[in-house]
Amino acid sequence: MFEAVSSFSPNYSCTVSIENVSMGDYQRNYDPFVESFEETPLLVAVLTYMGYGILTIFGYLRDFLRDWKFEKCHLAREREEQKDFVPLYQDFENFYTRNLYMRIRDNWNRPICSVPGAKMDLLERVTPDYNWTFEHTGNVLKDVINMGSYNYLGFAENTGTCADAASECTVKYGVGVSSTRQEIGNLDKHEELEILVARFLGVESSMAFGMGFATNSMNIPALTGKGCLILSDELNHASLVLGARLSGSTIRVFKHNNMQSLEKLLRDAIVHGQPRTHRPWKKILILVEGIYSMEGSIVRLPEVIALKKKYKAYLYLDEAHSIGALGPRGRGVVDYFGLDPSDVDIMMGTFTKSFGAAGGYIGGKKELIDYLRLHSHSTVYATSMSPPIIQQIITSMKCIMGEDGSTLGQERLCQLSENTTYFRRRLHEMGFIIYGNNDSPVVPLMLYMPAKIGAFGREMLKRNIGTVVVGFPATPIIESRARFCVSAAHTREMLDKALNAISEVGDLLQLKYSRKNRHGNEGSDSFSFLESHQD
Amino acid sequence: MKTFINLYKHTHTHTHTHTHTHIVMSGSSTRPRLMKHAHAQSRDSVKMAAGQQWVLVEMVQAFYEAPAYHLILEGILILWIIRLLFSKTYKLQERSDLTEKEKEELIEEWQPEPLVPPVSKDHPSLNYDVVTGPPSHKIIVNGKECINFASFNFLGLLDSERVKLKALLSLKKYGVGTCGPRGFYGTFDVHLELEERLAKFMRTEEAIIYSYGFATIASAIPAYSKRGDIIFVDEAACFSIQKGLQASRSFVKHFKHNDMEDLERLLKEQEIEDQKNPRKARVIRRFIVVEGLYINTADICPLPDLVKLKYKYKVRIFLEESMSFGVLGEHGRGVTEHFGVNIDDIDLISANMENALASIGGFCCGRSFVIDHQRLSGQGYCFSASLPPMLASAAIEALNIMEEDPGIFRVLQDKCKHVHKALQGTPGLKVVGEPLAPALHLQLENSTGSRTNDLKLLRAIVDYSMDRQIALTLARYLEKEERFLPPPSIRVVVTVEQTQEEIERAAQCIREAAVKILK
Repeated sequence: MFEAVSSFSPNYSCTVSIENVSMGDYQRNYDPFVESFEETPLLVAVLTYMGYGILTIFGYLRDFLRDWKFEKCHLAREREEQKDFVPLYQDFENFYTRNLYMRIRDNWNRPICSVPGAKMDLLERVTPDYNWTFEHTGNVLKDVINMGSYNYLGFAENTGTCADAASECTVKYGVGVSSTRQEIGNLDKHEELEILVARFLGVESSMAFGMGFATNSMNIPALTGKGCLILSDELNHASLVLGARLSGSTIRVFKHNNMQSLEKLLRDAIVHGQPRTHRPWKKILILVEGIYSMEGSIVRLPEVIALKKKYKAYLYLDEAHSIGALGPRGRGVVDYFGLDPSDVDIMMGTFTKSFGAAGGYIGGKKELIDYLRLHSHSTVYATSMSPPIIQQIITSMKCIMGEDGSTLGQERLCQLSENTTYFRRRLHEMGFIIYGNNDSPVVPLMLYMPAKIGAFGREMLKRNIGTVVVGFPATPIIESRARFCVSAAHTREMLDKALNAISEVGDLLQLKYSRKNRHGNEGSDSFSFLESHQD
Repeated sequence: MKTFINLYKHTHTHTHTHTHTHIVMSGSSTRPRLMKHAHAQSRDSVKMAAGQQWVLVEMVQAFYEAPAYHLILEGILILWIIRLLFSKTYKLQERSDLTEKEKEELIEEWQPEPLVPPVSKDHPSLNYDVVTGPPSHKIIVNGKECINFASFNFLGLLDSERVKLKALLSLKKYGVGTCGPRGFYGTFDVHLELEERLAKFMRTEEAIIYSYGFATIASAIPAYSKRGDIIFVDEAACFSIQKGLQASRSFVKHFKHNDMEDLERLLKEQEIEDQKNPRKARVIRRFIVVEGLYINTADICPLPDLVKLKYKYKVRIFLEESMSFGVLGEHGRGVTEHFGVNIDDIDLISANMENALASIGGFCCGRSFVIDHQRLSGQGYCFSASLPPMLASAAIEALNIMEEDPGIFRVLQDKCKHVHKALQGTPGLKVVGEPLAPALHLQLENSTGSRTNDLKLLRAIVDYSMDRQIALTLARYLEKEERFLPPPSIRVVVTVEQTQEEIERAAQCIREAAVKILK
């Protein structure tokens, strides 16, 4: 059933089933690398465009009514004294917010009042004016199954060793630091964490920062500058894009996870040098992520590393979602492919997700980290990490490494992988179009139509399940989706309950778009889409 | 039709080719009809075609009847379209005549610079001072217990038992991390409470919190100011403002530090510019970005003058108050309260919660019209995990303490004046900053002429004091990154916990060090 499709998929826009057994020199220690992005059905695409068309027409109508005061405008207004200033916003800038987002705004920013664990409590909100304002009723929606938080290993807990250690640390240190690492905010805790992170990643040295977003945006500028080239995946996170932009380097974008596109850019860059001057580039940095959080795809790391070596570029790997969530030992995408961490020049990741804390790290060679200790914007200008947060990371990381003397960490890793496989398989069998890699705990389920974004989120909440729905601009305009994040803390019972609800809502909203063969095959065979159209 | 759909499915991947295909498709289908109309008008005998067949017949007829120049023109257009269809959409590089072999050689030859330049092992800033235990009033630096004159813990809330207790209770309820951004189940009830409390404390309509102090103003500026807009900024503005300006890609004009005449000169220049092109001027947003109390110079900005200029030239004011929030004013509301300026006259105030509040994160506050925009446009707000709830709880409790006992600000201001006075007359060192500033700078009166040597001398003073239980620190900057690099200095931070005697001791110690080291 499995035919090895060329690893350089020539037409990535159609349904792709890439099977990398022919990749050769790395050892696969997991299931085959199967990623699918099923084609949008024609009718669905047309209807989706129509949906946006209708929304836009009604948007203009509503704006017209508001302008002529037929409809009450709930937007905050500029104060009278400043009416003659240049307007702070262009009117069209907020068209989308006013007329599309506002209709379904209740699906985001839902306030929670418990641990963001496998189950959570939500504050009930009602809106008297179609989502322009919300009021809290004072009721609490108890035990909503949480399919939205990035709690991959289930370390978002308020009891247990991590919480206890963090409490102890709070008593000893307090929560603040009130200084920067370079001045007088370098605590023994920070040093302890960095040694541990380096050991966890299998790199020479590491450095930790207070915010994941800032780890990218404040360190990339320290690494590259004018005369350097950054090659960035088109779906990279906003923080990587910002960091690249702040660095002042030239930025070129390659197609998502498309090695042919990357190689072409690399070749062209080296052959032609800098634009106009034709001077050779000082250095070339490739920016990729481990798991892409909106697509659920996993970076084709072995090929990226091969290219990077061939063309002497440097590799910056952002493991925000993959660290802890991938690999037999939870060491991220490098571990997943069984590669050598020293082949990645800059290992970046965050502590927000799998470790249930906050912040980010950078790991790599000692020279790199020494340089960052001196030149990172974060170490000089930003307040250092809060001690209890550090303690949470230390304790959870040690648990994953088995250094707490238990097998709890290993069990969580197994559970996550099992849950992921189960959840993805069942969704697929139900006939939904789901994106991404079979092993990725980030599971996007395609909704397409704008009206279904709101409907799905609300219907799921009615069934006591909290999900994340995303639409434009976070995704391409017709590819609105719901996203589930599988956690090790989810029990089979919870997953079944969620799956049943998804199926029910799927029937209600007619979301089972997939035209793939869904029954009769067990296990990974059902994922071979080789009969798919290639045009 | 399948291609059509494919084309839209991955528009983000194939934008260039597809836009062209699209143009071609619509172009080729509308052209005959246009032609038809042209001819229909010229020959009134032809009825408006209804059926598909009619259109075809008409088209053929029109083809025969059209004048030759018209056909040639059409032909050229069609050829051009075909050319567009088959040519590459755009070229990143100019065409090169290199053969594959030559390319391979070039690739083989190319040697990149190392990822990072080597760092010498004994670089003075490479090995940070290590603090064991909490960085509170008594701080253990490199194994020595000192009195803290270096952390921005102005109100001494860092080791407040009340704050710790609230943080612990919060930890018991919510755990540590939030595991998501605000949009996706990362909004906790404590975040909403903190925002409400901050807005109430500052007496503004709305507040928004960020999970990292540095990211606050750096995200807020680009949320409003875009390419083409103009920002007037003080030369002494701190690094996070500089990064915000850079991210905004706006046109930045620097005015001399706290020099309102220089600012007005720039504003006037712009006014003249605007008169030349009033249409353009109507859409260029303008901002003045200043700090309430400058971290780099310990000066207070002349806010009343700025507000006057604001209304005169119709420019909005963004005010960074990390050093003045919880410090200046009778109730610690910062520089607006200090000057008695109506807070609604300031369009946006941002501050971090890492200094006076001794927690982590930052906030922006102002009118809802302004602030609410960041909930969808503030990058550090939308795309980052939210603030751990225990840190938000700690900040709420710190606000409680500030509200319950406004006398604390009086105490701090008195101590600031005391320190400022005690440090006067230190031989070889000058005190830079206002008497009210809680973080002063000590600069060399006579520079040696080299920054490295200056820093060495100052470092020696810091070390000397550290040996005598006074913890100080050098003010650190990224020398190559700062737009206007401040001169080297020692930072002296005032907190309410420092006693009279400790302040005298510190001043005495610095004096001794200066005498000994600067000769």
